[in-house]
Amino acid sequence: MTSENHQLDSAPVIGILAEFDGPEALKTAAAGLRATGYTRYEAFSPYPVHGIDAVLDRKRTILPKLVLLGGFGGCLVALLLQWWTNAVDYPYWISGKPLFSLPANIPVTFELIILFGALAAFGGGLVLSNLPEFYHPLSGCASFRQGTTDAFFLAVEVADPQFDEVGTTDLLRFLGAKAAEVYHRPQTRRDIPGALKAGAVLLLALALAPPLWIATYRYAPKSLPRIHPILDMDFQPKYLPQQYSPLFADTRDMRPPVAGVVAVDAPLGDLHLLAGEIDGKPAKTFPMPVTSEIMKRGQQRYGIYCATCHGLAGDGDGITSQLAFQREEPKWVRPLSLHSASVVEQPVGQLFKTVSDGVRAMPSYRVQIPVEDRWAILLYVRALQRSQNATITDVPEGLRKHLGAGTN
Amino acid sequence: MSVLPLDDNMTQAPTRRARLVLGQADCASVTETVCAIVERRRPPAAWYVAFVISVAATGMFFVSIGYLIATGVGVLGNNAPVFWAWPIVNFVFWIGIGHAGTLISAILFLFRQRWRTGINRFAEAMTIFAVVCAGVFPAIHVGRAWVIYWLAPYPNQMSLWPNFRSPLLWDVFAVSTYGTVSLLFWYLGMIPDLATLRDRATTSWRRLLYGLFAVGWRGSASQWHRFEWAYLLLAALATPLVLSVHSVVSFDFAVAQVPGWHSTIFPPYFVAGAIFSGCAMVVMLAVPARSLFGLKSLITMRHLDNMNRLILGTSLLVGYAYGIEWFMAWYSGNPYEMFAHLNRALGPYAWAYWTMVACNVLVPQLFWLQTVRTSTWLMWPIAVLVNVGMWMERFVIIVASLGREYLPSGWGMYRPTVVDVMMLAGSFGLFFTLFLLFCRYLPMVAMAEVKGVLSHHNGNSDNP
Repeated sequence: MTSENHQLDSAPVIGILAEFDGPEALKTAAAGLRATGYTRYEAFSPYPVHGIDAVLDRKRTILPKLVLLGGFGGCLVALLLQWWTNAVDYPYWISGKPLFSLPANIPVTFELIILFGALAAFGGGLVLSNLPEFYHPLSGCASFRQGTTDAFFLAVEVADPQFDEVGTTDLLRFLGAKAAEVYHRPQTRRDIPGALKAGAVLLLALALAPPLWIATYRYAPKSLPRIHPILDMDFQPKYLPQQYSPLFADTRDMRPPVAGVVAVDAPLGDLHLLAGEIDGKPAKTFPMPVTSEIMKRGQQRYGIYCATCHGLAGDGDGITSQLAFQREEPKWVRPLSLHSASVVEQPVGQLFKTVSDGVRAMPSYRVQIPVEDRWAILLYVRALQRSQNATITDVPEGLRKHLGAGTN
Repeated sequence: MSVLPLDDNMTQAPTRRARLVLGQADCASVTETVCAIVERRRPPAAWYVAFVISVAATGMFFVSIGYLIATGVGVLGNNAPVFWAWPIVNFVFWIGIGHAGTLISAILFLFRQRWRTGINRFAEAMTIFAVVCAGVFPAIHVGRAWVIYWLAPYPNQMSLWPNFRSPLLWDVFAVSTYGTVSLLFWYLGMIPDLATLRDRATTSWRRLLYGLFAVGWRGSASQWHRFEWAYLLLAALATPLVLSVHSVVSFDFAVAQVPGWHSTIFPPYFVAGAIFSGCAMVVMLAVPARSLFGLKSLITMRHLDNMNRLILGTSLLVGYAYGIEWFMAWYSGNPYEMFAHLNRALGPYAWAYWTMVACNVLVPQLFWLQTVRTSTWLMWPIAVLVNVGMWMERFVIIVASLGREYLPSGWGMYRPTVVDVMMLAGSFGLFFTLFLLFCRYLPMVAMAEVKGVLSHHNGNSDNP
């Protein structure tokens, strides 16, 4: 008996602790206690004493059944998870494989059976042993602490109907106990230091601050863009068109083609016909002889491609334009009248470029209209321009008399 | 009948059980031997030297990971066509190391191999630390490591779910289950020993911390009853699990159609290789640990001898697998498969292939000699070479196969960068750091289990 226990002699008795020599002595004594009719006692040993369960008449634990349940649970969860996610909620085809097929689901199902079974074994093992249990009345006994090293104990609780301080001690000694001591309820308990508790509470409170701050920041309205902590590939170290680059003398990141380079779609051949150019300048003449067939062809093509916007007479009042104004399309710009001085004065080669490449809102017609037709259309446009800006001298003399005098 | 001397368990005496613990051991001395390592004021000087080196390597590991994440996967040598490369080689290597720990703790437990009690605790610790090292590599080589949680099936605002028909996802489940179950198994077995440390504690910090993790264990008969059932059930669950983990890892390769990967032999071949390399790691760790911490009576020469026999046996299995791969390549009549194997043996990575064959098949044959099996000075370098060979095996499988697939226009050579090398070395640093901390602060030998087998000493009792 230790001095620690002497001081506590006045405290209420809660049991008797008896130490035995080894596993066999422990079993014999436990059998003796049971034969005498004791019911509230427990054996303690540094390693499992096989056979003591039978002596103590303990029922087999339900742990194996819990593990079986865990395994079934894991199986069910795994199958439902794989079926619902891949076949129902988010079905997608991969190499024509079925959305739900057992062979592909075996590995994950197997792993979850094991995982849930193992969690049941571990958690069930602890809970069924009433663990964690950080306080035990016997932990106050200094000798009891030897129990996890090499000592074998029987502890009889005061709650046992047969309990008697003297009688039970004698019985235990009779059953072979090396030592038997009455133990009392400890009056002082070694508590966790107050500073440690306060520190833990403070740490917990502080730990809440960052997630709270993040949550507030995420959901509160903000006038500035939110912090972008992970950039992914939003900002890449690369050159985009029209940027500054210190690598070149002209500080442009876009490089002009090397001398002699020919663009993929560059006109090759008669530049007058294909590009409307003569010696690099816009041509003032047509590349083909002007005939009435070409003029008629031009009129017809003009009606198809141009009149919808420019109008049948080239005034910029085509049906598309009229409709756009009727609908008050905010972005619509009335096409320039083909009779305005700025258009009339352009060389025909320049007009050819406009038809081929487009200008301002007008798209390119290079693809839709073959090159000969473009020239034919321009021929018709020239005729239209002449008709709208004609003077009396343009009219053959024999026909002038049909027109009212003084008309242009 | 002659009585075996107390300090010999190597003598082959068919009528007598070999001693599991040497010397005049009893419960108190076992406790004293194991707890003294944790309770001594200062560990041996060698511990400090090893710890400083390991922590430095761990620092390098995390610095290179930080550099990788901040810069991008371009800092590694991974590039077309070898996108898996070293990170996955390291992953498979480390996962394999872990397998021996589970073999010793679970499979040998089910087979009632009581000698395992001397080495199971630290072999299990080795498993957990190896899984930690393994888990890092797939996570950091995905490119955007900060969204690695997308691998988990959780309801998300993108309304997406992972693809459960992919071996890569099976791998996520297999490895995370393996890590979890190994940790539970290790911790459950350690609870009684943590209680011993708690009850022997002389400072309140020790009492608090060991007490916290001992969760109030008192060693009552009802606790032992549940403990033994839980331990047995976990062993029964861990046994098929460990066989499944490297099988699933092998599916990452075998389910793909890369020549040299698409093979039905992969699951058993990978499991055998994993146990092979793991046993070598056990020897690598046990030889210095038992002499440094005075555990020669608990981790006896017979334990090492048994591990070396396991290494020899699994080496034969692995060698057989190498041979049968050639047979299958030839017998399949598939020119790509045959080319993949010729390329391994004669191509640009032939040096790796022949290193692998030499280290994994030829060198372990030395273990046929008992003098080699029982000499720590010989077994240690052999164990190191086995691990070199097993790392090479994964390198050959991954890099040599990916580098030369079907179309020659898609061929390419892989070259590691400095960051690759730093990461491999750093992962060893992390592994040894964790192991050294374990040696210093946790019971390295399963005391309660060793106490349970002490009764074998009289040679006649098989604890009923």
